[in-house]
Amino acid sequence: MAGELAFEQPLVELRKKIDELKQFGQEKGIDFGDEISRLEERYVELQQDIYTNVTPAQKMHLARHHQRPTTLDLIPYVFSDFVELHGDRMYGDDMAIVAGIARFGGRPVTVIGHQRGKDTKDNIARFFGSPHPEGYRKAQRLMKQAEKFGRPVVTFIDTKGAYPGNTAEERGQSEAIARSMMDMAMLKVPVICIVIGEGGSGGAIAVGVGNRVLMLENAIYSVISPNGAASILWKDASKADQAAEAMKITAPDLLDFKVIEEVIPEPRGGAHRDYEATGLAIREALERHLGEIGGLDAQTLIAQRYEKFRRMGQYASGPALPNS
Amino acid sequence: MFKDLFQKKRKYATLPPDRSAGGGDAETQQRPKREIPEGLMNKCSKCGAIQYSKELEKNLKVCTSCGHHMRLNAGERIAMTLDEGSFVEHDNDVVSIDPLQFPGYAGKLAEQKLKSGLNEAVVTGEGAINGQPVAVAVMSFDFFSGSMGSAVGEKITRIIEHAGEYGLPLIIFSTSGGARMQESILSLMQMAKTSAALGQFAEKGGLYLSVITDPTMGGVSASFAMLGDIIIAEPSTTFGFAGRLVIEQTIRQKLPDDFQTAEFNMQHGQLDLVVHRKEMKTMLGKLIGMHSKKEEL
Repeated sequence: MAGELAFEQPLVELRKKIDELKQFGQEKGIDFGDEISRLEERYVELQQDIYTNVTPAQKMHLARHHQRPTTLDLIPYVFSDFVELHGDRMYGDDMAIVAGIARFGGRPVTVIGHQRGKDTKDNIARFFGSPHPEGYRKAQRLMKQAEKFGRPVVTFIDTKGAYPGNTAEERGQSEAIARSMMDMAMLKVPVICIVIGEGGSGGAIAVGVGNRVLMLENAIYSVISPNGAASILWKDASKADQAAEAMKITAPDLLDFKVIEEVIPEPRGGAHRDYEATGLAIREALERHLGEIGGLDAQTLIAQRYEKFRRMGQYASGPALPNS
Repeated sequence: MFKDLFQKKRKYATLPPDRSAGGGDAETQQRPKREIPEGLMNKCSKCGAIQYSKELEKNLKVCTSCGHHMRLNAGERIAMTLDEGSFVEHDNDVVSIDPLQFPGYAGKLAEQKLKSGLNEAVVTGEGAINGQPVAVAVMSFDFFSGSMGSAVGEKITRIIEHAGEYGLPLIIFSTSGGARMQESILSLMQMAKTSAALGQFAEKGGLYLSVITDPTMGGVSASFAMLGDIIIAEPSTTFGFAGRLVIEQTIRQKLPDDFQTAEFNMQHGQLDLVVHRKEMKTMLGKLIGMHSKKEEL
């Protein structure tokens, strides 16, 4: 194992102890069999304990794990024959969003997803997965293309948010995000969105208007990063863990709010432990959901998508209040 | 000689009253004690010019010295834009709740209601501009910085749907600090909800005029505000997605003073028009007239 997070430390320590005992026994020719099996039992219990009670803050750290599979890591396990397509035909090719055509069980689909870098150099080229306007416009172009050829659209959401830079503002960040949402709402083909890591703010919802929105078990989704919220609310960005609890950002929370339809289970310890298992779990869920909506006509798809987002939000309405 | 006398008199009149002296009329004696009533004078936040509030009001809250367009609340905007007595409010009963039980939110909501006299950060309804019926949504920065939570998203969506149903032109005056983070994901979803409603409205051929006013940022800028058929801003309005400070921290550079102003956005192709407050009603009326479907009615 590698890349353990703080909350996994008890497991790391216990494993170390077991390994030491085994080695010591071998060296000295002493049989610690009973002791070792007792510790192994304890390990399983501890694992159960730690991984069934993952707190929102711990999930936030899992969602941001540097080894967590990215869109390009997962595509080979979910689709076949992926061909990446490039550029928005207006300004450039934003590498923070990758997109292309692939096959899903024989059927061609358009795949679009945020792409974080795998190392520092890659991350710099991809702006740490934070798109510029040309990223959303590439997505818009390829969604229209999917519509033309009757292909379903699948998006993977994994971004801290839109890139907060002057160049992004100059090129119309606001318009690009707004239009992406409006275009997605009106798409005549099935759209399924999957939050695979961090779903951050406008950069996430820009490719998140689907007939179905699914979320990996340890993924998070929120209007502002918990760090950002903490610095605004409590003037202290280090209170991100506290904000993560208050903001209800986990998959089960979003299921309760009816923002998503399903939580896709991850391998124990998180998606970074097993890319293949994660990919296959996504594949299974996608197959089911696409099976349910893949045959619907354009009008039904648009109406269904509209109804879904139309219902979102919680407010009160009653008799008119006198003071306004 | 007469001139000299006159000058002397003027000079005398501007001298501070002699408090130690027992003489002088009662009024001069009282003057130093009299305080300036709250709200009598107003200082421009941009150029610092001090002016009578009444003058300012008459000038539609545009600084008489530098032309800075000061913020208006929803009531002032409606009075300035719609024909007198034509406004009928919709959905005044739609208000925010605290779906996340977010620390401090409920208290802050109550506070904002008291402070602004409004129920929410947007007022919606129907009215007329130069006799032409319109559906309007007017955001108010004085309620929770105009932030968009579920209630704001719902009211805006309802007025868009209403405009679609009755074939009315739609005008939205935006001003907002962005999404209301106390409602977390639900406020983010209002961006999608309002944009989707505008998609449906556009499909029906509805006219949507978006008027961006100071300031319009974040989730409002990146949803309905930028989806108008025609996008108008008031002069010197600040609007954009990310805040200046966040950007400066990211790029480690100081941004130019005019960054994210209406003029900056105009230059970068993000706007159709920058219209002075005095000409706003006329311009809106003119544009609506050019999209009128009178012949079909």
